[in-house]
Amino acid sequence: MSAVAHEHDHHHEESFVTKYLFSLDHKMIAKQFLITGLIWAFFGGGLSILFRIQLGFPNADLSWLEPLLGNWIQEDGKMDPNFYLAAVTMHGTIMVFFVLTAGLSGTFSNLLIPLQIGARDMASGLMNMLSYWFFFASGVLMMISLFLETGPASGGWVAYPPLSALTDLGEAAPGQGAGMTLWLTAMALFIVSSLLGSVNYVATVINMRTKGLTFDRLPLTIWAFFVTAIIGLLSFPVLFAAALLLIFDRNFGTSFYLSDIYVNGEALSHVGGSPILYQHLFWFLGHPEVYIVLIPALGITSEIIATNSRKPIFGYKAMIASILGIAFLSFIVWGHHMFSSGMNPFLGSVFMFLTLIIAIPSAVKAFNYITTLWKGNIIFTPAMLFSIGLVSLFVSGGVTGIALGNSALDIQLHDTYFVVAHFHLVMGAASFFGMVAGIYHWFPKMFGRMMDDRLGYVHFWLTFIGVYMVFMPMHYIGIQGFPRRYYSYSAYDTWSDYVNPETFNISMFISIAAFITFSAQAIFVFNFIYSALKGKRATQNPWNSNTLEWTTPVEGIHGNWPGEIPEVHRWPYDYSKPGAKEDFIPQTVPFSETPESNLEGEA
Amino acid sequence: MNILVIVGVLVLVILVLIFRVQSLVAILRGSDKRVDGLSNRINGGMFLIFLFGGLGLFFWYTFSKSHVYNLPEAASIHGKETDMLFAITMAVIVAVFVIVNFLILFFAYKYQYKKDREVKFYPDNHLLETVWTIIPAIVLAALVFGGWRSWTEITADAKESDKPVVFEIVGQQFLWASRYPGMDGELGKHDFRSIDSKNSFGIDLNDEKGYDDFMPLNIHVPVGKEVLMRIRAKDVIHSVFIPHLRVKMDAVPGMPTQFRFTPTKTTDEMRSLLNDPEFTYEIACTEICGRGHFGMKHTLVVDTPEEYAKWYAEQSKDASFASLNEKYLVEKVPAEKKDALNAVLAKIKGEEVVAEPVVETPVVDSLTTDSTIVEVASDSTVSDSSPELAH
Repeated sequence: MSAVAHEHDHHHEESFVTKYLFSLDHKMIAKQFLITGLIWAFFGGGLSILFRIQLGFPNADLSWLEPLLGNWIQEDGKMDPNFYLAAVTMHGTIMVFFVLTAGLSGTFSNLLIPLQIGARDMASGLMNMLSYWFFFASGVLMMISLFLETGPASGGWVAYPPLSALTDLGEAAPGQGAGMTLWLTAMALFIVSSLLGSVNYVATVINMRTKGLTFDRLPLTIWAFFVTAIIGLLSFPVLFAAALLLIFDRNFGTSFYLSDIYVNGEALSHVGGSPILYQHLFWFLGHPEVYIVLIPALGITSEIIATNSRKPIFGYKAMIASILGIAFLSFIVWGHHMFSSGMNPFLGSVFMFLTLIIAIPSAVKAFNYITTLWKGNIIFTPAMLFSIGLVSLFVSGGVTGIALGNSALDIQLHDTYFVVAHFHLVMGAASFFGMVAGIYHWFPKMFGRMMDDRLGYVHFWLTFIGVYMVFMPMHYIGIQGFPRRYYSYSAYDTWSDYVNPETFNISMFISIAAFITFSAQAIFVFNFIYSALKGKRATQNPWNSNTLEWTTPVEGIHGNWPGEIPEVHRWPYDYSKPGAKEDFIPQTVPFSETPESNLEGEA
Repeated sequence: MNILVIVGVLVLVILVLIFRVQSLVAILRGSDKRVDGLSNRINGGMFLIFLFGGLGLFFWYTFSKSHVYNLPEAASIHGKETDMLFAITMAVIVAVFVIVNFLILFFAYKYQYKKDREVKFYPDNHLLETVWTIIPAIVLAALVFGGWRSWTEITADAKESDKPVVFEIVGQQFLWASRYPGMDGELGKHDFRSIDSKNSFGIDLNDEKGYDDFMPLNIHVPVGKEVLMRIRAKDVIHSVFIPHLRVKMDAVPGMPTQFRFTPTKTTDEMRSLLNDPEFTYEIACTEICGRGHFGMKHTLVVDTPEEYAKWYAEQSKDASFASLNEKYLVEKVPAEKKDALNAVLAKIKGEEVVAEPVVETPVVDSLTTDSTIVEVASDSTVSDSSPELAH
């Protein structure tokens, strides 16, 4: 009998294909997202190492890279400027979409939503599987584009037309031909994947919560994934529209984004379009995307910080309110990416006001984390270390947003390294820390084994110090005006002295810090693989945590709970409740069993 | 190479063995199960070291290099203003950065696990939440207000009475070029379909105002006068960035943009101020535009009003589109504009100007008409109508 016939029989043997490839089980799909995301992180990070070599050591002879990069290393041993731009572009695309959207949201929404709300699986297992395989197909196309002779897309991850709309720019931007076509197709597939996932997450959270799990008892992780999915549902279709119109402009002669263009010695027939239209559409997704990346990380951190401080998260309702506030505001601040695009200055003023409002809920979140740590009893698991690191990075990167969100100051800072430093700290590194924290914390739930703590500590400290060493110095050169996406600064007297390759300079420092930080991730990779195969066996609730996922069996079975789905009786943050026998009371424990610690109104 | 690989593998194997041994030892000792063990204390201590080490490094570097990594010397009126705003904003930012990071990292150290520590069950406090919602709101409101005032001033339309110096800058892969209004004081219309090897700016030949425009090699502006820079792009988006003037604005194909500024220091003044005899105002591109993005440089010269007037007079007389491309224009100009072209040519050649003051430039009120010997400054040499743009 085939496995399909026994779909509801929990004891059947599944074939390799249904268990590991076309799995409908949310836990396996989560692992698929995770592993794929980590592989992409290796590529995305590796590309950044390549362009950091160029930026730190522009005069170095790179012919030793020829076995890897082939013709992208010129005959004089220098990196081809087109390859530099392609690397920058692909680094951004891969990190933002494949690693921090699919790798983070895809992994933890899939793993935790059913487990923490007490559901047997996602609302639609099939859509969930399709979500992964669309992501996989998207990844295949993106990967192919890396190996094209003309190179992958090289117009920046934002892909502004006309640069992204002109298919034949020759040597000026060879990646904008086939590379850009593959990029657009891959992005379209990616959006489909993301939407399939989001619909599922929203439907599951709304409909499949176990008895007693009201919205005001949801763990903050679930709130975060839920709101993230809604943001994605509302914003990704707009990017899809933008990409579609761009495909039309590229291939079918329309003029949505094109007008008055003279290139390659001829005037094109396009008139009436507006490149600014694309920017509006792109950033209508692009800005919420920042929060699609960040909010899940903040949700994960909330859970981990509360658990390991042995304290309830401070201001649970304020945390929810700030997530909702950030989500709402994220849709009306996109214009701050376009202060100098030539859009109406009045719009600039409006977007400046709205942008700085978003700092308020963000500040509330940071303060709430701090108060949660205050008078706690902190256990430094690797997950906790990364969570504390996240809060620090989130604050350090977030504060500079106050300068960038101010349109008058943005005139000087726009598209400089100040911006690069800002968003890498606040959304790049912070979200990455959230993802890594989540992996350390829920590894026992995914693989039934524990990751090694000591390797985790070393990994954390190298990464935490490394990330600061990479991105803090970028503020300095950003203030000096260094534009981003520059292959070299030697043409400009304004900047060339600061990065004179003859002497040790700040750019070299950043590059070396980046090499060390990237290498340190090998510790994590080793720990991950080794622990998944040979790590210490996990106990059922290794962190003494309150949420439902720790009531499931360690080995992770189909349907999650062997018997009845547990009922929920309280919020998830009853840690160190005065009078309680232990310093945690799981959500499944009814108030009637804990008369000694019940507060007023809890009975 | 092979030896390196072997050594690398050996090192890895040794590391893995060490890891294996220490984790077995930890299990034997039972220290892997204790949460208040040495590791927890080390991690707590590391947070304290990181906090003070990091802040120490930050302040030491910032102060010891403050002369190096500051905003470039501002040489425009709005630049001075936004620099002030930037300083205030940065002060707020650094204060918040230090205080909040101190709290996070210090609390991590202070409240590390102790077996008998009383944990404070503290789920909520409305007063605190309100306080730290309102305080950031007030601070931000103040900062936004400052920014909003400067921004409105910077982006406001130029008043007609101000008669700003007007010039046009055009971006294309991978260079900038500029165009000035000629003797008539007005830029002619342009049309991208008119672009060819002689007419690289696409000056619309149906508009006689463009015939006397000139396209110098370097951009010149007078100090202390308001300048209105009109910005265009021919192929893809570029962005004009003049760091010392605090100017940045995208150049968008099909959508003309502009930026208004008043330079306050001449190139010579900057040279002596920065003690750098080589100093020039540089213009960079800050919107990714392809392979040559990083080399898309242009230069700008800020003159005294007298120097500028002289330069302008020479350029509009000797380097106008019409005078350099007379044959081309005669051939291309539509029939009904022939008279207009002849008038422009006559004016440029000085056949008509005798009775009038030399030039009615749109820019300089006190143009001297005395016959000081015109010395051609090296950077205003004109060899052709414009840099060769079309390739």
